[in-house]
Amino acid sequence: MVKLRVNGQEHSFAGDPSMPLLWYLRDELGLTGTKFGCGAALCGACTVHVDGQATRACITALSELDGRLVITIEGLDPDGNHPVQRAWRTFNVPQCGYCQAGQIMQAAALLATSKNPSESEILSVMSGNICRCGCYQRITAAVKSAATGA
Amino acid sequence: MTMSAIHVAIENVSRRGFLRGMLATGGLILAAEFVPGRAALAYATGAAKFPGGVVADPHVFVSIDPSGIVTIIAHRAEMGTGSRTSLPMVVADELDADWAKVKVRQSPGDEKKYGNQNTDGSRSMRHFIQPMRQCGAAARRMLEIAAAARWNVDIAEVEAKNHEIIHKPSGRKLGYGDLAAAASALPTPPPDQIKLKDEAAFRYLGKGNVQIVDLFDITTGRAGYGIDARLPGMKYAVVARPPVLGGKLVSHNATAAMKVPGVEKVVVIDGTPPPSKFQPIGGVAVIAANTWAAIRGRDALVLHWDGGAHDGYDSAAYKAQLEETAGKPGKVVRNDGDAEQALTTAAKTVSAQYYVPNLAHAPMEPPNATARLADGKCEVWAPVQSPGEVQDELVDKFKLKREDVTVNVTLLGGGFGRKSKCDYVLEAALLSQAMDGAPVKLVWTREDDLHNDYFHAPSFERLDAGIDGQGHVVAWRHRVVAPTIRSIFVADPKREQAGELSQGVIDVPFAIPNLRCEAGEAEAHSRIGWFRSVRNIPHAFAVQSFVAEIAHTLGRDPKDMLLELIGPPRIFDPRKSQGAAGYTNYGEPFETFPFDTGRLRRVVEVVAEQAGWGRQLPAGHGLGIAAHRSFVSYAATVVEVAVDNKGKFTVPRVDTAIDCGFAANPERIRSQIEGAAVMGLAIAKYGEITFKNGRAQQNNFDGFQVARIDESPVITHVHIIPASIKVPASGVGEPGLPPFAPALCNAIFAATGKRIRQLPIGDQLAS
Repeated sequence: MVKLRVNGQEHSFAGDPSMPLLWYLRDELGLTGTKFGCGAALCGACTVHVDGQATRACITALSELDGRLVITIEGLDPDGNHPVQRAWRTFNVPQCGYCQAGQIMQAAALLATSKNPSESEILSVMSGNICRCGCYQRITAAVKSAATGA
Repeated sequence: MTMSAIHVAIENVSRRGFLRGMLATGGLILAAEFVPGRAALAYATGAAKFPGGVVADPHVFVSIDPSGIVTIIAHRAEMGTGSRTSLPMVVADELDADWAKVKVRQSPGDEKKYGNQNTDGSRSMRHFIQPMRQCGAAARRMLEIAAAARWNVDIAEVEAKNHEIIHKPSGRKLGYGDLAAAASALPTPPPDQIKLKDEAAFRYLGKGNVQIVDLFDITTGRAGYGIDARLPGMKYAVVARPPVLGGKLVSHNATAAMKVPGVEKVVVIDGTPPPSKFQPIGGVAVIAANTWAAIRGRDALVLHWDGGAHDGYDSAAYKAQLEETAGKPGKVVRNDGDAEQALTTAAKTVSAQYYVPNLAHAPMEPPNATARLADGKCEVWAPVQSPGEVQDELVDKFKLKREDVTVNVTLLGGGFGRKSKCDYVLEAALLSQAMDGAPVKLVWTREDDLHNDYFHAPSFERLDAGIDGQGHVVAWRHRVVAPTIRSIFVADPKREQAGELSQGVIDVPFAIPNLRCEAGEAEAHSRIGWFRSVRNIPHAFAVQSFVAEIAHTLGRDPKDMLLELIGPPRIFDPRKSQGAAGYTNYGEPFETFPFDTGRLRRVVEVVAEQAGWGRQLPAGHGLGIAAHRSFVSYAATVVEVAVDNKGKFTVPRVDTAIDCGFAANPERIRSQIEGAAVMGLAIAKYGEITFKNGRAQQNNFDGFQVARIDESPVITHVHIIPASIKVPASGVGEPGLPPFAPALCNAIFAATGKRIRQLPIGDQLAS
């Protein structure tokens, strides 16, 4: 039995402990904001926070999550107004939008630990998140803006 | 553009919850009799040739509730280009609606009702700006008629303004909501009673002041993509497909798979022999209580495949074969003057060969669909570019009545042409049938996507130019050898067809008296499909690289050389060349969308000026330029590259000038062009699927790499050529892509003296 907290709610899971968090969130809890892109921690579309750390849900088995705190895009901010989310809207970042939940969770985790990251730090931390539409220059601008409050 | 806050702030009531409710039935459209809108269009487009054509009827597209909320139908698929926002924005502008009181609702597939929905070919704005303007203006007129009747005044005395009808003499006002019921009971006014706005009165068109309607939902994880569909009792499935095109299942053992907890059923899907069009290629499906159980069950299947006719497909050997074919004459597809003779007598010749390999679309949301097929009815929820064709295929495969097939179009997590091919929807429907009508969500893993794509075809191109004693190019011969997209529809014709050759081969706009194009034979060994900007990718790479090679040979500036080859401003009609009568012009009437070399020259001149062509650069940097007309738009790109002494390169800056006619939504045009630079970089730097023994060798984003943020262009400046509403809007989604790779490789040559003739660049610059 795995017990974990997702967006503030207690859950327990008695199924296959090898199930990645991604499919648990999507199929079992109906939290579909966390996206499937590769299943191999190569694209970042499934990024969530586990105990505050940006984590690829697609390779994180439920067996590793007993007693852990998981935050998904749905739980990042009750009103959807986290500074990163606001910056994403100010800069009109998304095109298709599919990867953006993962991008936002990655950026929010960065800004939680690094209040004013350098451009090279932003690029390095965000380089695990693929955007096939190519919204990158706006992502960089939005992360900078969210960091400075500009 | 600068990346300071962009001047958009208009919020929209659609921002919350729209697709969240997508699985609920019921709708907002006021009951209204369907009347096909007869659009009085200022110019003809190719839209009429597509199923459904255009519809401009506000009874179909617009509804207004008593509170004044205007709901506008988006009938085209949203895959990131912004059409789901931009076309309703066109309606809202002509309606003089307050965008803050506009909702957008996605239509299901129904081309008879909504007009054509095949979202492909950069056509949405090109085909629908006119009917959507008509639609909005007709709705405005209906509100005015209703108000004049209410007040019992002459209609000439009333005017729509910002969500209200005003009685000009008295200043009385009625909100759109107050008039909705009366207006919706009116017939659609005939075209001669509809007056389009003057350009000066536009509120949103051409302004870029409207944000995409899904922006809030995207940033909060609430936006609904196909893969997010959920139905009561839904099962989850993955499929093991034949590793080689046309391969057959010899035997399978599902004993171990059935023991995986959660696995409910293993189902064999019959393959459709090539040419399989959009039908499933077959395989073994595992259906389970959740996706993970399905994946684990599939891993446990024991499968034995017959390799099939294409198990010898080997990319290296195939490339050598294409090269050999390109060394010999092919079928002549354009022939001006006598290029063979002119090459023989030229003072100097330049020759080069270029290669672009197989590519995969790899949209971030892989193919997936949710389907329920029961009691003679089929309903699907899926990210599809062409719901009408999905209906066609479902009707055909399951022998259903069209009215019993419902295709709900979700958001698409990227499309790029992959989601025009609905094999995955048919698979999901088959699996629902196998589960006695339970809804089934089928997901392709990334490996499934990269192994079984409708791949962008490899292309080998040989170019020869003849130069006279004065340094003028007097002969041009272009041989292209590539398998054709048509091979998925009919017995393989084994060479590029007219539509493919019309993408940068037979429409090369150069003022060269002796110009010959040939298409060589090449057999298809995988499914081949159109990929964003299609054959323009390899053709523009070859042609625009070759122009810079000629310039280098002659000691000329590449930009000047390009302009000289384009020649004087004129209307260039490829159909007037011998052998090129089949030129397709992207399906558009040439009279509306001529090939205007003046416009091509202009994007070259603008981008050169804006990019500071010829400026002093740091050591190791270089500038490259390329220009290309595609999807009846004109684009030119200057890339600045920086190459270090190990051959590692970065792209500090990109400038692209785009002439897409009237720029309806400049903000989304910029985003498309910025994105094209990133995708262009991915194609140039990494893009390659290789085959061995008929099997695609790349499994995921480690083997098939795409561009990441730390290697992508630092900044792409987009320069939109201004044009009035009278200049037909053309295409935006695709034209930004073709010039990128040649501009980059021309920049690399300028920086290093190394000429890249084969993509991807990979480690070719390593030293």
